[in-house]
Amino acid sequence: TRTGSRQHTQGGGVETKEEQEEKMEKSEQAAAAFPPSFSVSEIKNKQRRHLMFMKFKQEKRKQKLQLKKKKKKEREALGDKAPPKEVPKTIENQRVYDETTVNPEDEEVAFDEGTDEFCSYFNGLTNPKVLITTSDRPRGRTVRFCEQLATVIPNAYVYYRRGLALKRVVPQCIARNFTYVMVVNEDRKVPNGLVLCHLPDGPTAHFKVSSVRLRKEMKRRGKEPTEHSPEVILNNFSTRLGHSIGRLFAALFPQDPQFVGRQVATFHNQRDFIFFRFHRYIFKNEKKVGIQELGPRFTLKLRSLQKGTFDSKFGEYEWVLKVSLSAVTVFFKMQEELCCLI
Amino acid sequence: MGDTSRLCSVWLGSETGILKGVSLSRKQAFNFCNTSHLSRDQEVRALCWGDPAESELLVGSVDGTVKTFSTEKGSFTETRRCGDPADGCFTGLAVLRGSALVSCVECGTLRVWKEDSSEPVTELSAGKNVCRMRQSPVHPHKVATGGKENGLKIWDLESPEKPVFTAKNLRDDWLDLRRPHWVRDMAFIPGTDKVVTCTGYHQVHVFDPSSPQRRPVLEVEYGEYPLTALSLTASGDTVVVGNTHGQIALLDLRKGLVRGCLKGLVGGVRGLQCHPSQPVVASCGLDRFLRIHSLEDRKLQHKVYLKSRLNCLLFSSRDLEEPAGEGGAQEVKEEEEGDEVWDSMERVEEKPKRKTTEEEEELQKKKSKKKKKN
Repeated sequence: TRTGSRQHTQGGGVETKEEQEEKMEKSEQAAAAFPPSFSVSEIKNKQRRHLMFMKFKQEKRKQKLQLKKKKKKEREALGDKAPPKEVPKTIENQRVYDETTVNPEDEEVAFDEGTDEFCSYFNGLTNPKVLITTSDRPRGRTVRFCEQLATVIPNAYVYYRRGLALKRVVPQCIARNFTYVMVVNEDRKVPNGLVLCHLPDGPTAHFKVSSVRLRKEMKRRGKEPTEHSPEVILNNFSTRLGHSIGRLFAALFPQDPQFVGRQVATFHNQRDFIFFRFHRYIFKNEKKVGIQELGPRFTLKLRSLQKGTFDSKFGEYEWVLKVSLSAVTVFFKMQEELCCLI
Repeated sequence: MGDTSRLCSVWLGSETGILKGVSLSRKQAFNFCNTSHLSRDQEVRALCWGDPAESELLVGSVDGTVKTFSTEKGSFTETRRCGDPADGCFTGLAVLRGSALVSCVECGTLRVWKEDSSEPVTELSAGKNVCRMRQSPVHPHKVATGGKENGLKIWDLESPEKPVFTAKNLRDDWLDLRRPHWVRDMAFIPGTDKVVTCTGYHQVHVFDPSSPQRRPVLEVEYGEYPLTALSLTASGDTVVVGNTHGQIALLDLRKGLVRGCLKGLVGGVRGLQCHPSQPVVASCGLDRFLRIHSLEDRKLQHKVYLKSRLNCLLFSSRDLEEPAGEGGAQEVKEEEEGDEVWDSMERVEEKPKRKTTEEEEELQKKKSKKKKKN
């Protein structure tokens, strides 16, 4: 069988050059029938082209298997002296330590956090009061999502948007002592964005929402959540940016959780995605816990963090997600390490 | 304390009130704080050199005090009360003839303070909502102010009644509506009389007071977000602007085109400055990093994490020494670099004083070399 030009090189030992020379000779012999720079893509007939390509791939796969067998034999032959196995590159392997990771003993960061916009909440002076609304004319799914969010977050009120401008809503909320405004944005009957604005003069975070699962879509769920304040778990918010976002989420819930209710809300950050889950737990004995998932579940990705209340045109941004078009993807993490994928 | 402050080539003011000095050759940042406990009142809003020899820094804080920091000693030497916090934060600080201090606050009051008295010598009102005040490097008694709905005004401090030049707003747009204008930052172009401003409506304007036209001579638009900081390069024909999204661009003033963008900054730009002699620009902002880019190839040279949000920055005019890693020939190289630094620095009139400080510096350097050796 004649295959396409052997453009691929084989890894491995010193034999490469000799092998290539052999191949060249063979292909030159076969070149009588085919022009030297033949490639599968030049065949105009789709079926034949497909067949040739399949053959080419099979050849490649065969050669790869042969190479693997050879390597395995060599490794067995060498026995103890064999070189150590190479570790494959993964995203987690390629991480670089992020210098903005917060050191718990750092005074400056502690002072910064102690006097930032959330200090009145963390000092116990204010209680959270959340206003949940949507973009204009929401559809059923978004409405139900907002209602379920209101059961999860204590002291939350859902209001219909009525086409009002957010910049006008914000001062009215401040006057009525709200501490948060949460706006769920809807696109094509599905919630896809979230703007979380901390009220007196606090930061505004804009998230992309995905994978929303409402209560009736969840399997093996428990009964409706009760009025007790849940405990809050924040995982992996370790860099400076992560700290700010973590505090933003923590300030949504009242400071003293009611352990009687046995409910817990989890914000788990992994690779810049924040997963929200709401569970009810019960300790069967000291070591075993049973959990039941209640409530909606969704994932968030931070798009921008703006200093000050909602002002997308003239506000100053503390962090903006920049989508890079090049092949180098960099994750600026809210988690420990900064990761570089090449 | 004194050794560390003498090494620093970039000075930054942060929101927590800490003055930070960064030494790029050693890749280290040092914190200098006035009080033992920090407070948000001390948030640094304006920074300027106290004297041409760059041995003193003037730090303006939110609570209306101006502190003098000596780079020789590494500590704050003086505090002066220059206005009420009710007036607003400092939008500009400048030094006049060595001993007088010019300060401008947000409510528009521009004051000239003398060394001893607590009352201003001259006071004038530059309108409301002033965003920035800058002093002309060539004529120290000329200052420019600008703000929200408050156009560019150039004042001569010797005759403070009326501004020397008031800029006119742009022509009404195609719907005959008045164009809003919001001057965020400005700079005097060396060599000519012209002033460059950047606005909150993503425009860059060049004004020429010598021409009869009070409207901008050149208008360039960049991006969709307010431009917050501006800096001129040493050559005077390129300007670096930064906006609230962290985009920094190089604009050419001859034709009004965008030369290129500097990448890396993720938060709003608060401070930008080009080095007086090297083709290097430093930027700082809300993302808590100091970044130094080279102007020729627009690549990032240094990036330093400083834990608080940064408000303003200042370059010292000496050379940013090359990054460490020379190895054995350090001693010889240091001496050579030292000579280069002193040769490239501008001459000051008071020669005897200079000589003694030079000698002191060399002694200190030798001491630090000895320490390193040990």
